[in-house]
Amino acid sequence: MSSRIKTAFANAKAEGRGILGVFVTAGDPDEGTSAQILDALVEANVDIVELGMPFSDPMADGPAIQAASLRALTNGMTLAGTLEIARGFRQRHPDTPLVLMGYYNPIYIYGVDRFLAEASDAGVDGLIVVDLPPEEDDELCEPATAAGLDFIRLVTPTSDAKRLPVVLGSASGFVYYVAITGITGTSSAAADSISAAYKRISAATDLPVVTGFGIRTPEQAGEAASLSDGAIVGSAVVEIIAGNLGEDGRGTPEIVSKIAAFVGDLAKGVAGKTG
Amino acid sequence: MTDVNLNSLRNQPDERGRFGMHGGRFVAETLMPLILQVEGAYKAACADDDFARELLYYQTHYVGRPSPLYFAERLTAHYGGAKLYLKRDELNHTGAHKINNVLGQALLAKRMGKTRIIAETGAGQHGVATATACALFDMECEVFMGEEDVRRQKPNVDRMRLLGAKVHPVTSGTGTLKDAMNEALRYWVANAETHFYIIGTVAGPHPYPQMVRDFQSVIGIEARQQIMDAEGRLPDSIVACIGGGSNAMGLFHPFLDEEDVTIYGVEAAGKGIPSGLHAASLTGGTPGVLHGNRTYLLQDDDGQIIDAHSISAGLDYPGIGPEHAWLHDQKRVNYVSATDEEALDAFHLCSRLEGIIPALEPSHALSFVGTIIGDMDKDKIVILNMCGRGDKDLGAVLPMLEERGKL
Repeated sequence: MSSRIKTAFANAKAEGRGILGVFVTAGDPDEGTSAQILDALVEANVDIVELGMPFSDPMADGPAIQAASLRALTNGMTLAGTLEIARGFRQRHPDTPLVLMGYYNPIYIYGVDRFLAEASDAGVDGLIVVDLPPEEDDELCEPATAAGLDFIRLVTPTSDAKRLPVVLGSASGFVYYVAITGITGTSSAAADSISAAYKRISAATDLPVVTGFGIRTPEQAGEAASLSDGAIVGSAVVEIIAGNLGEDGRGTPEIVSKIAAFVGDLAKGVAGKTG
Repeated sequence: MTDVNLNSLRNQPDERGRFGMHGGRFVAETLMPLILQVEGAYKAACADDDFARELLYYQTHYVGRPSPLYFAERLTAHYGGAKLYLKRDELNHTGAHKINNVLGQALLAKRMGKTRIIAETGAGQHGVATATACALFDMECEVFMGEEDVRRQKPNVDRMRLLGAKVHPVTSGTGTLKDAMNEALRYWVANAETHFYIIGTVAGPHPYPQMVRDFQSVIGIEARQQIMDAEGRLPDSIVACIGGGSNAMGLFHPFLDEEDVTIYGVEAAGKGIPSGLHAASLTGGTPGVLHGNRTYLLQDDDGQIIDAHSISAGLDYPGIGPEHAWLHDQKRVNYVSATDEEALDAFHLCSRLEGIIPALEPSHALSFVGTIIGDMDKDKIVILNMCGRGDKDLGAVLPMLEERGKL
């Protein structure tokens, strides 16, 4: 496991709480604002930053993150640009774990070896690639792990007893429990289903298990973080960007300040200080 | 040949669903258990004579198979070269080849105890076929269709609604087939446990490309027998249009090991390949990963998918089935293209000479046939897959023909 990811979970555990992960798309709405948003996340005590690699056809994402991808691409973001944002982030924030999340095609076209070398060099800790199940491990999971990057697996409500060991077999870093059978930013899961899933998954792995998809409020984040090893919030943050764009479709200072305030509340929620 | 099985081109895919480097299962984890379930159920169905019998029953009595292989005498005389035969899959119930596959998958869904069906559609032919099968087998039907296609294929939207299907217009992206497929996949992810996704072409995650090909192979199996009956020998060339490529795969597959049969797949060149406004994934694309499989895609240097352009909604897709990608790499099939204008001319010509109004999709194939058949000897034989009828296209085509002074 990447030492930064390991340390983040250990620190949270020492404080008696789960971790808070926040997802934003690289270059959304533009490159400069994107870097400022990332700084605001660290400032607001986010434990793990998930940086989305924009893709034209995000088939596991709901309207909010689809629109985020489109904004970033429209304003010129590329995978090379995403890696540059990651590199800048790492220079400014040596300790906060950074995970790249997205779809396989841009990586495949960039070249797997070149991508892994540049991502490692940029200081990326792990990868979440939605459309690469264990059946396709030789594509990216195996070379990524060999390059020292964690390959974070999504476990879903459809991962039954037979499927779970297959999914966890090549997982590293942490396990991302997708709390709903669905796409990002839609419905939310009930507490008892998260808690049952956590029990089932953590019995099958030593890795921390965090919960995501459908977590929209500090209360929900606090609950998910208490029922598992952490909570990940994406669409609710990305919607702040959508709601505060400038007339030219680019970033505004309000985007950064409003995200800072909202994520600060999420962090308090996870720390058990609200709700 | 005694070693025909060892060298056969008909043994794909491997157990990972790969056709050479193409194909595979590039889907979100939520869908994996479902896809494995479909694969298991399909294998079991293939080994079950009752399944084959039931499918044959509906093919015969409901669809009207076998479809005729018709000697197109006037087109043959017009071109003045080889004999042209049309495999008349446009005479199937619902007016296209799509029903061949849909009945197979719907019967499979029934075996699996699934009564809710999802489908994507471009021209609407697959949507209509799926809505038809769902009415027949008392299943719920949700069809995803790009809003641009909803507009240009209105008669098919009306048919689907009449048959009891719910049509979801898709507004994301460019509102065409690619976006409809994204949205259908998203809907499936959210309803994975209860719904069966009937994919309409030889694409998507394994086992779909194989399964759809198998169900469509009835076209080639019949054509082979019919040409033997009519001419006492195999054809010299077979030709089909390609969007995702299901009608083509269905015609081609039974002929792949016949070295003397030249095979042509005709992609949509839209406004011309150099214009960039086309749907020719093999002629103008590169390998990548989309919608569950690796195949040739229209994409930019950053791996972002580029929108396809074609006069024909059924060919308006930036990818192609992975088996075609492999056959392209193997150089077994010649992949060529025809433009919107050329397809329009062929549409008009076939209507006037044969009294057959072809869909815009096979009009592309006919247009290509026109470029080679005149130079072939008169004793040569060409089979073209007339995979759909053109009624659905009249709204779009008539104003264009009037503009060109052809009506």
